[in-house]
Amino acid sequence: MSVREGARAGGGGVGPAVARGVAGDPQEASVPAAPHTSSRRRREALAAYAFLTPWLVGLVGLTLGPMLYSLYLSFTRYNLLSPPQWSGLANYQAMLADPRLQDSIRVTVVYVALAVPGILVVSLLVALVLARGMRFLPMYRAAFYLPSLIGASVAVSFLWRQLFAGDGVFNALLGVFGLEGRTWIGDPDTALLTLVALSVWTFGSPMIIFLAGLRQVPRDLYEAAEMDGAGPVRRFTSVTLPLISPLIFFNVLLTTVNSFQAFTPAYVISGGTGGPANSTLFYTLYLYQRGFAELDMGYASAMAWLLLVVLAVFTAVMFATSRFWVYYGDER
Amino acid sequence: MTTTPSRSTAPAPRGSGVHPAARPVVAPRRPSQAAVVRALSRHAVLICVLAVVLYPLLWMVGASFRPGNEAFGTLGLWPDNFTLDNYRDGWSYGSLNFSRYFVNSLVISALAIVGNVVSCALAAYAFARLDFPFRRVLFALVLATLLLPYQVTIVPQYVLFNQLAWINTILPLTVPKFLATDAFFVFLMVQFIRTLPRELDEAARLDGCGHLGIFLRIVVPLSLPAIGTTAMFTFIRTWDDFLGPLLYLNNPDRWTVTLGLNGFLDATGTSAFGPLFAMATLAIAPIVGFFLVSQKLLIEGVATSGLK
Repeated sequence: MSVREGARAGGGGVGPAVARGVAGDPQEASVPAAPHTSSRRRREALAAYAFLTPWLVGLVGLTLGPMLYSLYLSFTRYNLLSPPQWSGLANYQAMLADPRLQDSIRVTVVYVALAVPGILVVSLLVALVLARGMRFLPMYRAAFYLPSLIGASVAVSFLWRQLFAGDGVFNALLGVFGLEGRTWIGDPDTALLTLVALSVWTFGSPMIIFLAGLRQVPRDLYEAAEMDGAGPVRRFTSVTLPLISPLIFFNVLLTTVNSFQAFTPAYVISGGTGGPANSTLFYTLYLYQRGFAELDMGYASAMAWLLLVVLAVFTAVMFATSRFWVYYGDER
Repeated sequence: MTTTPSRSTAPAPRGSGVHPAARPVVAPRRPSQAAVVRALSRHAVLICVLAVVLYPLLWMVGASFRPGNEAFGTLGLWPDNFTLDNYRDGWSYGSLNFSRYFVNSLVISALAIVGNVVSCALAAYAFARLDFPFRRVLFALVLATLLLPYQVTIVPQYVLFNQLAWINTILPLTVPKFLATDAFFVFLMVQFIRTLPRELDEAARLDGCGHLGIFLRIVVPLSLPAIGTTAMFTFIRTWDDFLGPLLYLNNPDRWTVTLGLNGFLDATGTSAFGPLFAMATLAIAPIVGFFLVSQKLLIEGVATSGLK
């Protein structure tokens, strides 16, 4: 029996419901079994919409309506003081020739490309160590998770500013090893790296998701694989990886989407400027500057829609390719 | 003794070649020397990671007690001369007024918690328990808004709140919470309510309960873990929120703690490290405190729903 068949027989993929919910069928059929009369049906539907009213008002008034309005604004010039003026594709054309926008895209892509693999590799490695059933596991888990809760706060961003300043703690640490430091925050070559480090520091949340999945992998699969002569590497690639692939999918998706939207650390560390030399000018920070410092609401809306399209395409590609690399066990 | 079996069946040490069938009757046994070495080395790795993770935070707490004449670039965690001056100075540094900021943050966070819990629980009950036209479409919208980047709505929402004359009030930060705009929490509660046995609903219905009665008497009391998780995460996110207050609260009297911290930057550059770190420590203290009290609940929430 191959390892993969064993996994199938062993009862399916592993993971939090949301990983399956987002990646797979969003809703299992849960229509009540009792036979419905049509009046009871109608009453139930009325009750349902009564319960949904706040959410529906929010959906229409604060999400879908604003989305459409934002799309409209992206084709206008609008400074909040006088009414929007239709300008066709002018904002999008201006984006093509905006060097600061191009800087911000480059900064954001580099940030995402470094931070996401960093977070995922660290979180998976730590989860693999913890999944062996350690003593003090709850304590380790809680401590590793703590930075996730406060990593995007102003307080921690200020702390980071000091840690990587010219006379900061990190340079003091390097000095212990006789290494020459530099002003990490003030140097355009390294400022972004400090933000990547801050992001990787918050690896705890994907780690907990990995850990929950790893602890559900049935042990007999490993034993079956071992009897088939699989070494540790083979067991990892043939048992662990397929079984936690829904979690990898989920963590890649969420970490990437979240990283594209990071704002506070870049704002605080650069004092709102995105400097030095635009090296921490996150896309979101530039959008904020254009929209709310320069009151160029049309341009900011166009930027928001570009971001939406990019993230939508990324998400669609993830889902479309998921059936080639995400293993859902018996579920389908 | 370093390896603790998490379940009643002790995991066989790797490479020992125990036949699977023999496993359930394995008596507690002394771990082999190799197993001890492996466990110790795992702990060593984890303690190194732990040091990297916790050191910056401990350093900040130490720095908040450091007198102004001590250097702030030292590696040591604890100051040579302990002082509370930074807390006294930072609390009302320059024109800053942290009494006010803490009250403002508390009010906004409390309203956000109430709003999120009520509106998300109502919506979740409908999705988890009731049958109605367009249910699948609407639930797909819940999932879609999970991934929607907030940047798409901040500009039009700002325009809307500006027209309602809500700028410089707490309304833009609290009213949306009463409209279940955080799809994550709707999703979390739907998943939870689905695990509750339906028989209880049916029994309550036979006793004459309507949907509101079932919701209030059966579903809400049984959903307290999910409600607690929602409340905790709402608190942490709202307390930590920076962009929202930055957009909507320009008047220093309305500032939240995060804006107050940011005010240090404008007021002083970054020379006043002591008072800054004292207030930064106070700013994250409630989050750390709540986390320590409720970490089991929170971590289960993350594990089952993927909340950040």
